[in-house]
Amino acid sequence: MFFEPIAQLSPAAFDLPFREGYVRSIVFVSLYVSVLAVTLSTLVSIPIAILMGFTEFPGKRFVKSVINTGMGFPSVVVGLLVLFAVSNQGPLGSLNLIFTREAMIMSQFVLATPPITAISLAAITGVDDGVRDAARVLGGTRIDVALVVLKEARYGIATAVLAGFGRAISEVGSVLIVGGNITSADGISKTRTLTTAIQLEARQGQYETAMVLGAVLVTLVLTVNAVVIRFGDSGVGR
Amino acid sequence: MFKNYITYQSIGVSMSIHRRRFIAALGAGAVASTAGCTQFGQGQSESGGDAGVSGETLTLTTTTSTYDTGLLDEIHTDFEEMYGVTVDAVAQGTGAALESARNGDSDVVMVHARGLEDEFLRNGYGVNRRDLMFNDFVIVGPEDDPAGIQGMSSATDALTTIADAEAAFVSRGDNSGTHTKELNLWEAAGTDPGGDWYQETGTGMGEALNIANQQGAYTLSDRGTFISQRSEIDLTILVQGPIEDGPEILANPYGVMAVNPGVHDNANYDLAMAYIGWITSPGVQNSISEYQVNGEQLFFPEAVSEDPDFQQYVPEGWSSDDSDA
Repeated sequence: MFFEPIAQLSPAAFDLPFREGYVRSIVFVSLYVSVLAVTLSTLVSIPIAILMGFTEFPGKRFVKSVINTGMGFPSVVVGLLVLFAVSNQGPLGSLNLIFTREAMIMSQFVLATPPITAISLAAITGVDDGVRDAARVLGGTRIDVALVVLKEARYGIATAVLAGFGRAISEVGSVLIVGGNITSADGISKTRTLTTAIQLEARQGQYETAMVLGAVLVTLVLTVNAVVIRFGDSGVGR
Repeated sequence: MFKNYITYQSIGVSMSIHRRRFIAALGAGAVASTAGCTQFGQGQSESGGDAGVSGETLTLTTTTSTYDTGLLDEIHTDFEEMYGVTVDAVAQGTGAALESARNGDSDVVMVHARGLEDEFLRNGYGVNRRDLMFNDFVIVGPEDDPAGIQGMSSATDALTTIADAEAAFVSRGDNSGTHTKELNLWEAAGTDPGGDWYQETGTGMGEALNIANQQGAYTLSDRGTFISQRSEIDLTILVQGPIEDGPEILANPYGVMAVNPGVHDNANYDLAMAYIGWITSPGVQNSISEYQVNGEQLFFPEAVSEDPDFQQYVPEGWSSDDSDA
């Protein structure tokens, strides 16, 4: 599995009252759910952002304001909506998704898509008009122009993906509701993420261990940010 | 690491088809990684050739006190190994646990609020209720005891005294079993709590204890959670429950029941009944009594008895005359 090496880097060496593999497994679930959700969000968001950045259509302002509103959508509400959808009584009830990672991916997808779309769109529309004109003058097709603009906007788009990832991995309300914060009896996480594990520790008044898990989460987010930014720097030279 | 993933991939043909259909939508990478697991899981259950439930998952919604004290993790391994299944324990609090079951999202519930359990049974959502175990509630507060309730033999008198003194009291306020008990106590005391001194926190027991600790407030706690947290807080037990010869009204009985497969046909009824049979068996009841935190027993088994107690199967006070009415 592709996330496995990352999960193994997690600091399981802390002297914590946790069983073998517990911290590693919740780090894995956090990354698994957030990375898949953000990947799906990116696949949906960037085409939308490109479409909106390169075309004019009636109601564009309205669509834009809907997306911007989505950025501030409370995660608990998203969790409740996804719960109603995947609960046995809901429209997707027959798929038995309640208390699974798939349900968590669904809610994080809903949460991450608006910021990724909005920030990508801002990055694309923010590219200087001179760049588009130059590409066009040099005989570029529509696709060439789009590629040039995307290349110019790549830092903004990377920021967008990171913002979506940050929202997904640090979110606790919806994954708790739809995932159920489950570990198996041997202490291996099924739907427990770092955030819901922190919530569980806080519920029990174990604030110190909650803080340690919080530090793991912050480290993880910083690492992912550093990797993405570095990748963006070296990947596309100018 | 993928144990759960493997087992719930092979739950049943229809389920794994649904799941695979969904996963297919997630993208080729996810499919590739899980397809191998699916095959592996199926191969396992075929070669194992054991009980028909092997490889299935039982979803248990329960209260925070059974989970947070570590009891369930301690005993569930035995059940998982015996049947080759996975137990997904979702700790939600009694109100939410019953609501999940009502929506058909769990197979079996383990909670501690007889009134809510009875309502659940009467509405047809639960079947085959058993008394499982008990401990008790205690009224805890700061050591200097500003309202002066220490050693009172009546829980309702103690609450009335707290209310009269307007001493700070922290309420769970979350429709949990403990919250339900607290409201019943206020009602029995004939006092309607309210005012600045009465704070609803909407949190779990551990957090409520911490808040009470920081504010020098009184609160009602189940003994198990209080014991597991006692070393970190300055609160002390001021009114004992029945385990330490306190009033019977502070008893805290836990019940377990299966979700009615006649209402929710997706409920894993076979496995739920296997679970109820297992957890009420003498061996597991013994494990429950042996489970200790900080050297103290947290739960007292109640399922094994020579004398049949028919009231455990039905809503409290139910008699066959009811059904004629």
